[in-house]
Amino acid sequence: MGKNYSLPADHELFPEGTSRCSLTKFSIWMGLVGAVALWGLYAAFRVLAEGLGVTGLDDYFGFGLWITFDLAVIALGAGAFFTGLLRYILNIDPLKNIINLTVIIGFICYSGAMLILVLDVGQPIRAWFGYWHANVHSMLTEVIFCITCYLIVLIIEYIPLILEQKQLNRIPVLHHLAHNLHVWMPLFAGIGAFLSTFHQGSLGGMYGVLFGRPYVLRDGFFIWPWTFFLFVISAVGSGPVFTVLIATLMEKMTGKKLVSWEIKSLMGKIAGAMLLVYLVFKFADTYAWAVDVLPRSGLTFDQNFYQTIYGKWLLWSELFLCGVVPCIILLTPKLRNTPALFYSAALLDCIGITINRYVFTVQALAMPVMPFDSWETYAPNWAEWGASALVLAYGAIILSLSYRYLPVFPQERALNATKSN
Amino acid sequence: METKEFTIKWGMAIDLDKCTGCGACMVACQAENNLAPIADASNKIKVMNWITVYELSNGKPYPEHDVAYLPRPCQQCGHPPCVSVCPVIATDKNEEGGIVSQVTPRCIGCRYCMAACPYHARYFNWRDPVWPGGLEKALTPDVSVRPRGVVEKCTFCHHRWMAAKDKAIVEGRDPMDLPEGEYVTSCTEACPNGAITFGDLNNEEHEVAKLASSKYAHRLLERLGADTQVYYVSRREWVLRQLDNYLEDEKVKG
Repeated sequence: MGKNYSLPADHELFPEGTSRCSLTKFSIWMGLVGAVALWGLYAAFRVLAEGLGVTGLDDYFGFGLWITFDLAVIALGAGAFFTGLLRYILNIDPLKNIINLTVIIGFICYSGAMLILVLDVGQPIRAWFGYWHANVHSMLTEVIFCITCYLIVLIIEYIPLILEQKQLNRIPVLHHLAHNLHVWMPLFAGIGAFLSTFHQGSLGGMYGVLFGRPYVLRDGFFIWPWTFFLFVISAVGSGPVFTVLIATLMEKMTGKKLVSWEIKSLMGKIAGAMLLVYLVFKFADTYAWAVDVLPRSGLTFDQNFYQTIYGKWLLWSELFLCGVVPCIILLTPKLRNTPALFYSAALLDCIGITINRYVFTVQALAMPVMPFDSWETYAPNWAEWGASALVLAYGAIILSLSYRYLPVFPQERALNATKSN
Repeated sequence: METKEFTIKWGMAIDLDKCTGCGACMVACQAENNLAPIADASNKIKVMNWITVYELSNGKPYPEHDVAYLPRPCQQCGHPPCVSVCPVIATDKNEEGGIVSQVTPRCIGCRYCMAACPYHARYFNWRDPVWPGGLEKALTPDVSVRPRGVVEKCTFCHHRWMAAKDKAIVEGRDPMDLPEGEYVTSCTEACPNGAITFGDLNNEEHEVAKLASSKYAHRLLERLGADTQVYYVSRREWVLRQLDNYLEDEKVKG
């Protein structure tokens, strides 16, 4: 059989029945992303070599862009555990068409967050102390436990997809391993849902327990402040649509249909429903904070905001523009099924959750608690942006390689066959 | 909220009407506790001072204008916001005397304790310590220097207490019953006006215990419930009012 030279050089590695761009085009794309990654690697090198003094962080802002970035990607990566829960435990079968992508995004988000934490922690070589000298009273201990364990679960969920690569899958032992891992997937989905729920919650709990910071202090249920529950629900209210946005971005870049509109709409409906639950609690929580936590700390509502940088517009945007508005769109069939509105709602939803994580991380630290102290402002510097860009580039590389060589989208063949007819 | 109690409770009373804001306490602390000088100290919230002097103003124009200076060491909270949050127990409230410890060889540098402390009493080593011009020869031998990447804070010159206890043991005295003044912090010693009084808050004979029970003594951010071991004394109402957050219609407690 003669070779078909019109196909890309690596076409034997492509998923069955799919076409991909030329290897040259792909290499140029990887080169561009690689250049961003190199810049980020340089920033990471400087931080590890010289210490965190090269960042814009200071003694008032011990947490900054990186922690905001971590919290945001972990929330947006929640599509993985929540879709897994719905697909494998609650048997919502259509979600099988997007579950692979949620797993990859989850893996990128969590491994990326780990990468950032290696830089953000002052003594990364001591990171294992979190297990060895664990303080069971600290919410951060639970975060360390659950995030590391959940990353292992995500790797286990990702492995069968890698093994299903056309050439690898021809090796009998790998084929059987992938098959058996699929059989056990509901178990891992269950473990993942458990671990993820707890660390999403603990990330919120980390702030709610800070009784020295009335801006984030919350009462709660038993040992868990309300922020524990709010962080879990907000993550599942945004993670699914983040996955849809990534899928759509990939469609725009590849010029192919990858996920059917029905699946996207279903993900939007699920996120919208969870967003509604979240907003009910979030409004109640904000009200209780304003009329109870603040007055008993001797503070007024207005004292929690400062000029434009930490102004009330952030709160109102989070609650209304990026909360109520996308919730209405995602839950109203007519609006949801209008693509422009749907994607706008998905984007607003993700922005809202990012604002929430930002204000809980940065504004909480900017606000003076001692009356004679003053508001301080924080702006990340190049090293922090660079390292964050490294994670984005790393994510783009993983996604690009996965799309090119792995059978990520079960609907791809059918959708594109229909398109060409 | 539970507060840890000890037989001895080392504490401080700082008279804000005596403090002139000279900063001798800050300098003494830096020398005593081996705080490395910082090459670029232009960003004041990236500079390490275990005790920092804040300036308070009554906000009124001349001639009613008035200022006060408030030295802020670690408040050694009875119910510390920083201890429960540390994921690796690198800080603890578990030793007789009630000093909140900081175990720098165990600290992973996550800075969660810094986020938890409303007093900004915790500092991070942003860079490697550098001792220019042979300054390392003047280091206090009893105080470990810290590497970059860990959090540190005022320890009430804990090494001085260790030394005082050792001395008492050698002399055949009870190390848990030190006479007043045998153990004091370097800032207490350095204050030219005697604004800082240090001693055992549980010992009624100690001057600090008497000052702390005065109606003019308030603690910083008392309503948050951290139950601190540092008291501030002032006879000026506006100064006392700035020690905590009050709503407009609320009166200063005490």
